[in-house]
Amino acid sequence: MTTNRAYAVELKDVNIYYGEKLAVKDVNLSIAHQKITAFIGPSGCGKSTVLRSINRMNDLIPGAKVEGDVVYRSQSLYGRDIDAVEVRRRIGMVFQKPNPFPKSIYDNVAYGPRLLGIRDRKVLNEIVERSLKHSFLWDEVKGDLKKSGLALSGGQQQRLCIARTIAVEPDVILMDEPCSALDPIATQAIEDLMKELVKQYTIVIVTHNMQQAQRVSDYTAFYSIRKEVETEGKEKRWGVLVEYAPTETLFNQPSHEETERYIRGEFG
Amino acid sequence: MNGLMDDAAFSRALKSRHRRGNIWQRFFRLSTIVALLALIALFLNIANSAFGYALQDYDIAPTELVEGGDIASLDNARLVAMLAEHQPRRLAVYVRDTLSMVDASVFTTLPLSRVLEGRSYPEALASATIPEVTADDLQTILRDNLTHDQLVSIIEEQVIGINVLRTWSLTDSLTNRAQIEAIAAENPRANLIFRSWLDLNFLSSPMSGNAAVAGIRTAILGSVWVIVITVAFAFPIGVGAAIYLEEYATDTPLNNLIETNIRNLAGVPSIIYGLLGLAIFVRALETITAGRTVLSAGLTMGLLILPVIIINSQEAIRAVPSSIREASFGLGATRWQTIWNQVLPAAMPGILTGTILALSRAIGETAPLIVIGASTFILSDPSSPLSRFTALPIQIYQWTARPQPEFRAAAAGAIIVLLILLLTMNASAIFLRQRYRRKLTA
Ligand SMILES: Nc1ncnc2c1ncn2[C@@H]1O[C@H](COP(=O)(O)OP(=O)(O)O)[C@@H](O)[C@H]1O
Ligand SMILES: [Mg+2]
Repeated sequence: MTTNRAYAVELKDVNIYYGEKLAVKDVNLSIAHQKITAFIGPSGCGKSTVLRSINRMNDLIPGAKVEGDVVYRSQSLYGRDIDAVEVRRRIGMVFQKPNPFPKSIYDNVAYGPRLLGIRDRKVLNEIVERSLKHSFLWDEVKGDLKKSGLALSGGQQQRLCIARTIAVEPDVILMDEPCSALDPIATQAIEDLMKELVKQYTIVIVTHNMQQAQRVSDYTAFYSIRKEVETEGKEKRWGVLVEYAPTETLFNQPSHEETERYIRGEFG
Repeated sequence: MNGLMDDAAFSRALKSRHRRGNIWQRFFRLSTIVALLALIALFLNIANSAFGYALQDYDIAPTELVEGGDIASLDNARLVAMLAEHQPRRLAVYVRDTLSMVDASVFTTLPLSRVLEGRSYPEALASATIPEVTADDLQTILRDNLTHDQLVSIIEEQVIGINVLRTWSLTDSLTNRAQIEAIAAENPRANLIFRSWLDLNFLSSPMSGNAAVAGIRTAILGSVWVIVITVAFAFPIGVGAAIYLEEYATDTPLNNLIETNIRNLAGVPSIIYGLLGLAIFVRALETITAGRTVLSAGLTMGLLILPVIIINSQEAIRAVPSSIREASFGLGATRWQTIWNQVLPAAMPGILTGTILALSRAIGETAPLIVIGASTFILSDPSSPLSRFTALPIQIYQWTARPQPEFRAAAAGAIIVLLILLLTMNASAIFLRQRYRRKLTA
């Protein structure tokens, strides 16, 4: 693994389909190493779809198809000899709704390492402690690791999910609207955590909250929707990447009029 | 105006709306009451037959045979001697009915080495035929091969000969006491006892041609054996098929056809499964199943509940939130790791609930067992998958079909046992479901 490269993931001419339906078209995007990249855009423009193509979660949806190339550290992720299981271990994912397993906190965090075959209790203990500390959850749960993950508050559950993700030491972490189900205080905690994690990991976050994108991200990608009336009353819609720039630039001097209208809150 | 009706029309309409609602409510309440009454009637009817006065007499009172009348306290040798004393000429008959390994038509012509193959008998008699064996040797053979229980029940039935002269229902017993006692007084040799047909003896005694001593041990054991084989067969296959259909199979026309057909199979009448079991397990696979055995019955029942288990398991698997699957895949789990670590544990309570309910259906099924030929009269307990057997519902069916009223009382006792078994199974299914619900919301 070469860590000094500038880009962790590069998407080249990516089209994604659900069955016959084109969901996103012509996405070209390079995700910077150990930076936070935010995806923003109106609902349904394909942010999640693009995000899920980066760790091949789309494979799980029957009929989903990715065209073009997604390159991770100079390897094509959709290449013939690439195993999606390996991809997902290196490129982890945190979901919109906190989804801890109905198991203890300990077992939640140890799940990933156990999948890799780690059985040694001492090693597991270390990993669990390190991951929980790293996700700022350790102090709140260290007394009761046997408690069910579902018994935690929403914000704690989301941090548990992050701890679970970093327990397998991924390289890239994908977050799909990780705060949309949380209150402002829990959101703040996750944002602080992201700023800490980015020292070690490359992070891609989908957010519907433009302030959040401005607060945490280094780069921002703005997606939008294109429409075409096919026949009477039926229209085709697909998502496109409109603009991709350092967050500062995108919000202060957007080069597309559509971006400007979106960040002024005129649609979306 | 906004197009709504004026106040007078509104209140008129409102009244009729409420009236219609009330009629439906009354109808629903009535339905519930009817269902409840039917259930109560069923229980009362069964209880009415299972308990009540019985007028019994003996050929020989137990007290005449042994001090205190407790036959069961005697050992095998004493019991056989007693049998020989009272029925010297029937010893060979008991050998034939309980021990013979050959068909009755050749029982008297084949040598003992064939007739009693695998049983214990005096070495010197290996080539003798039954008519050549002395009464003493017959006693030895009976003593060495029969269990104590078997001997006790033979004595009770054949020597003591408890004889139920008449039975009364529970309602009669409670309301017509005087008349019952008058009838009892006409039979000075008989005693009138208040009898619960369901008691410990009833549970632990083997089958018998005499209702007074007949029990359901053989039938209970038969049912247990059948159910164990049913589970062992249907559970892994059913859950496996459900996993395949839910987690692996794609949405192809063939897979859809398979799913639809499984759904249809769940509705096929049980007697058809009986015919299928008869053709496959009893006949075609006879070399493996040994014909009309516990194994054939268990496999047939397994086929019968397989679709139900598959459907229930599929539903339980489908109910596992997809977020759990995604989380597991997202951490780099393979499909099998996800199924084994997340999907199955989360679905298991639902799968078990469905399986228990399916089994409680199987345990009461009668038609398939009749078709594949459960034994109607059998004295020996099933001891292996290749044993011949009877089962509780078969026993109940047999007894209710008999002309003697006392067998109906015995059948009522067996019905109570079957119902208790079913209620226990259903209760454990409900318990599992509740516990699961609590765990998910914790
Ligand atoms: N599993 C799916 N099957 C079919 N279409 C989907 C699926 N997921 C998303 N889509 C479609 O793809 C488009 C983009 O969706 P998504 O990526 O979820 O958008 P966003 O995350 O930006 O709101 C939408 O039109 C949506 O309807
Ligand atoms: Mg989304």
